[in-house]
Amino acid sequence: MSDTYIDIEKESGEAGFGDYFALLKPRVMSLVVFTAAVGLLAAPGHVHPFVAFSAILFIAVGGGASGALNMWLDADIDRLMNRTRSRPIPAGKIEAEEAMALGVALSGFSVVMLGLASNWFSAGLLAFTIFFYVVVYTMWLKRWTPQNIVIGGAAGAFPPMIGWAVVTGGISVESLLMFTLIFMWTPPHFWALCLFMKSDYKNAGVPMLHVTHGRRATRNHIFVYTILLVLISVGVAFTNVGGPIYLITALVLNAFFLEGAVAIWCRDEQQASQDSYKREKAFFKLSLLYLFLIFGAILAEAVLVPYGLGGW
Amino acid sequence: MSFRDDHEIHKRRLGRNLGVAAVLIGFIVIVFGLTVVKVTRGDYEPENAVVSD
Repeated sequence: MSDTYIDIEKESGEAGFGDYFALLKPRVMSLVVFTAAVGLLAAPGHVHPFVAFSAILFIAVGGGASGALNMWLDADIDRLMNRTRSRPIPAGKIEAEEAMALGVALSGFSVVMLGLASNWFSAGLLAFTIFFYVVVYTMWLKRWTPQNIVIGGAAGAFPPMIGWAVVTGGISVESLLMFTLIFMWTPPHFWALCLFMKSDYKNAGVPMLHVTHGRRATRNHIFVYTILLVLISVGVAFTNVGGPIYLITALVLNAFFLEGAVAIWCRDEQQASQDSYKREKAFFKLSLLYLFLIFGAILAEAVLVPYGLGGW
Repeated sequence: MSFRDDHEIHKRRLGRNLGVAAVLIGFIVIVFGLTVVKVTRGDYEPENAVVSD
C-alpha cells in the first residue's frame, strides 16, 4: 500500500503551498520589500497608508515572479550546484513549466495591480525590473560574462526607485543614489559568497569572475567595488534623504566594510583555506547587515523629519 | 465502515488549497480597500475624472 502511495506522490507532482512560495525566493523578496519601503517612505510627498502597503506588496510579488522565472530558466544550473539543489524544481517538487506559468502570471498581475493602485510610471519601472532580471541577467548575462553580477545587480537595485516613484511618479537624484548604493553593494556581496562556495559555479559552467579570472582578481575586484560603494554611501548623507544619523551610520559601517575588503584583498587562497574562509564568510554576513542598516538609517531620517530630528 | 488516516499527500493538498483560499481572500480585501481609499479621496468625482467627448 505504501509503495502505491509513493508512486502516486511521484507521478502526481503534488507540491505544497510552501513549495510554490519558495519559488518566489522569499529571502530576496524580504530585501525587495525593505528597500522598496524605505524608498517609498523617504520620498517627498504622501500616499495613503493602504496604497503604500498595497504598492509594496505588489512590488514584492513582482520580485517573486522574477524569482520564479529565474528558477524556471536556471533549473539546469540549479541541479548542479549544492547551494541551489534543494530548490523546488531541481528537487522534483514542481515542474519547470509550472514555475514559468506562475512567474508569467504573477509578473502581469503585479505590474497591472501596481499601476492601478499607484501610478503607471512605477508599474513601468517594475515591468522593466522583471524584464531586466529575467531576460538581461538570467537569459543573457549570467551564462555569458563574468560581469554578470555587476550589470545584473541593477535588477536588485530598482526596488527603492520603484518605491520612490509610487509617491512622486518619477525619478530624482536621491532615488538614483539609492539605486547606485545597491548596485555597488551587489558585486562585493556576491563575490565574497563565490570565494567560499568553492567549485559550485565552476561545476555548473557559470562564468563567474573567480572561475574565469581567478580568485586573486576576484579579491581585487571586491576591494575596488568596496571603495566605490564607500564613496556613494557617504555621498548619500549629503542629499535630501541623508542627515546626521545616516552620516554616522554610514561612516561606522563603511569603516568596518572597508576593513573587511582590505583583509580579503591582502589574503591569498592558502591563508583563506587554512581558516576555512573565515574572513570571506564574515564579510558576506557583514554585507547583509550593511545594506539593512544603511537603508535603516535612511528610513530613520525619513520617519524623524515630522519630529524635527531627521535630515539636515 | 472505517476511514483511513489521511496520507501526507492529502494533507499537502489541503494545505495548498487553504493557501490559495487565503491568497484569494487577501486579494479581495486589497481590491476592496483600494476601492474605498480611491472613492473616499475623490478619485472618481466628476471634477477629477478624465472625460473625453
